[in-house]
Amino acid sequence: MTPEQPKYKTSEEVDFVVVGSGAAGGIIAKELSENGFRVVVLEQGPYLTEADFTHNEIKILNEDLLTNHPKLQPNTFRKTPAETAKPQRALVYGRLVGGTSVHFTANFWRLHEIDFVERSKLGPIAGTGFTDWPITYADLEPYYTKVEWEIGVSGLAGASPFDPPRSKPYPMPPLPTKASGVIFEQAARKLGWNPFPAPMAILSQPRPGRSACINCGFCLGFGCEVGAKSSSLASAIRMAEKTGRCEIRPNSYVHRIELDANGRATGAAYFDAQRNVHLQKAKAVVISANGAETPRLLLLSANKQFPNGLANSSGLVGKYLMLNSGAISVGVFEEPLNDYKGFAVSRILHDFYEMNPQKVGFYGGGGIDARFDVTPIGFAAGGLPPGSPTWGKEFKHTLAHNYTRTMELMSHGTSLSMESNSFSLDPELKDAWGLPALRMTYKDHPDDLKLATYLNARALEILDAAGAKNKWSFPIEEQQFAVHLLGTCRMGNDPKTSVINADHRTHEVKNLFLCDGSSLVTSGRGQPTMTIEALAFRAADRIRGLAKRGEINA
Amino acid sequence: MTIANTRRDFLLRSCSSLTAVWFSAHWPALLSAASHARNAAQSPASTKLAFFTPDQAQEIDAITSRIIPTDQTPGAHEAGVVYFIDSALTTFALDDQKTYREGLLEMQARTHELFAALDKFSAATPEQQDEILHSFDEQSAGGRRPYRPRAAARSFFDTVRQHTIVAFLLDPDAGGDPNGVGWKVIGREREHMFQPPFGYYDKNYPGWQPPGSSDKAKT
Repeated sequence: MTPEQPKYKTSEEVDFVVVGSGAAGGIIAKELSENGFRVVVLEQGPYLTEADFTHNEIKILNEDLLTNHPKLQPNTFRKTPAETAKPQRALVYGRLVGGTSVHFTANFWRLHEIDFVERSKLGPIAGTGFTDWPITYADLEPYYTKVEWEIGVSGLAGASPFDPPRSKPYPMPPLPTKASGVIFEQAARKLGWNPFPAPMAILSQPRPGRSACINCGFCLGFGCEVGAKSSSLASAIRMAEKTGRCEIRPNSYVHRIELDANGRATGAAYFDAQRNVHLQKAKAVVISANGAETPRLLLLSANKQFPNGLANSSGLVGKYLMLNSGAISVGVFEEPLNDYKGFAVSRILHDFYEMNPQKVGFYGGGGIDARFDVTPIGFAAGGLPPGSPTWGKEFKHTLAHNYTRTMELMSHGTSLSMESNSFSLDPELKDAWGLPALRMTYKDHPDDLKLATYLNARALEILDAAGAKNKWSFPIEEQQFAVHLLGTCRMGNDPKTSVINADHRTHEVKNLFLCDGSSLVTSGRGQPTMTIEALAFRAADRIRGLAKRGEINA
Repeated sequence: MTIANTRRDFLLRSCSSLTAVWFSAHWPALLSAASHARNAAQSPASTKLAFFTPDQAQEIDAITSRIIPTDQTPGAHEAGVVYFIDSALTTFALDDQKTYREGLLEMQARTHELFAALDKFSAATPEQQDEILHSFDEQSAGGRRPYRPRAAARSFFDTVRQHTIVAFLLDPDAGGDPNGVGWKVIGREREHMFQPPFGYYDKNYPGWQPPGSSDKAKT
């Protein structure tokens, strides 16, 4: 924490209160405070720093040091609205200053032009909410560039023939090529495909106050101890603090947005660490609490004017949840890769990003990456070939042989939006604060599973072409666990079919804005954070414009 | 989630099932268990046991030594796994005491049942020990009569198996066996920073070139 942070009184009406300090909230706080506004960021989790980010896989992963805690915040799951949901851990997100961007893999693909207009191109898909965005790739391009330069993304412009147009190259070269990347690149080229250096939100060159990646190997699931991973914590939050106008208030769990008699938001009510309730007053509220907690907060904020949840006359708050489809194949090679060294991903390919549904028989597209992202205990528990012994001499031998010789191929793809897939309030289960718990309802569209199967078949072809000594895949099944939380307060021009407009303003409460994974209209091809951050830069720009023109409080 | 379930298996299985019960309590106690294991492994004669009797410790050492045996490379015995478990059972793994206490008795009864001349697991030959353990391993072909100390609990054998893996592979610089025996066995170096090339396949990699450019360079 920096000493420049102001301490605003809760009774003092600041310009903006931002709920959440993750990928979107961090950037919005930075942009608004840099433009002269007084901002309070309310973050439900603690303020940890690099010194807290150890390599202890039990403490970090098992004790949920960085993430939502299943005991404090239990949730329920069901496949369809007809079922009664049962308690089951169904989602994980970062619960600390910096949010999920602290522990993510840092794959930073832009969406392509097609992602914004695919409904117009392909026509409707029955039983889905498949639709175009109210903005285009061209609208978002300058903000993608801002993310790359201001937050810090390494990559190589022009390396992929499928890349969308860009106004500037990456600010720094790609990270080193791992052995898994070399194997992947050579094999994919044999097959006539176009592997390229993965764009990653990890520094390949140092920046002030931040080291370049030291290839420590504890990346996915862990916080970066040298600030090389471009989390909001390492980048946007620090910039916001430097303005002297932004207060980051951790351990502040917002549970209600209050409205006045005129239907205007007056601030955010939250529990502090001692579970005392406060109301932070503000002229306007931005919710960036993630694709699960943002809709939950709106539903928790139901009142006389909005009995079904704040800004929810459309009934779509929490609906159209998309998780991204995917698959994992694993290959074992003759010589050591030592892929446990370094960040997760160094090569990807986008040859199957856009496919013709008439030709392949299903809607969708995606990418495939080469990676290794497993810690030693996790590898011993789940990384050996199916049917391997789980103890004894052969277990030890397989573990010792395979650990340095294994890589994964991960496929990532589209999810179709369906109204029945959602986050809602569980009618029975409560969290540790006595608030209704999240209930997740999710059943993949059949095309999502077909796509995952298709991409995984290509991944297996790559492993064959690479001469893997052994290969297998994890089964492709309907998803019951969410990491990417997308689409639950979708953007659109029609208040009947969307929750926010193209300025991220809720259709119904003029000084309430939403920006995070919930804003997405389509799922993209599997790596949403880059787009969430570009949307956050753009949203801040739009909000600033509205505020300067006096249109927020008018 | 296809991905999330498999990611969970692959990444977080250690969280959700392998170690959840064991490590849900107090982290400092784990560090203390690790340092206890280290001291014990270095000077076994002077070691004080916190939970096991010396006889029980001998049995657990024998069991863990079949789960990760000593061969050309060190195993559970050299990593002091029994001392790690011993310390854990009096600090943050109190709930597992009953499983161990009852499981050891069952293990000895099974030993006697299969090999009438023997009363102790540790007295059996390695081949006999494997046969006894297989009879407890529900996943193995010869597995039978799974031992259940209480409904829905993990079996004694599976509990010891999972604890052995955790004690063997936890980061030696973050609470695991400080001698790093397990990491040496799997080939993981202990440094906290690495420089490329990392492995065999990237050793002579010339860097990314546009497709076809290397062919052109050759001609």
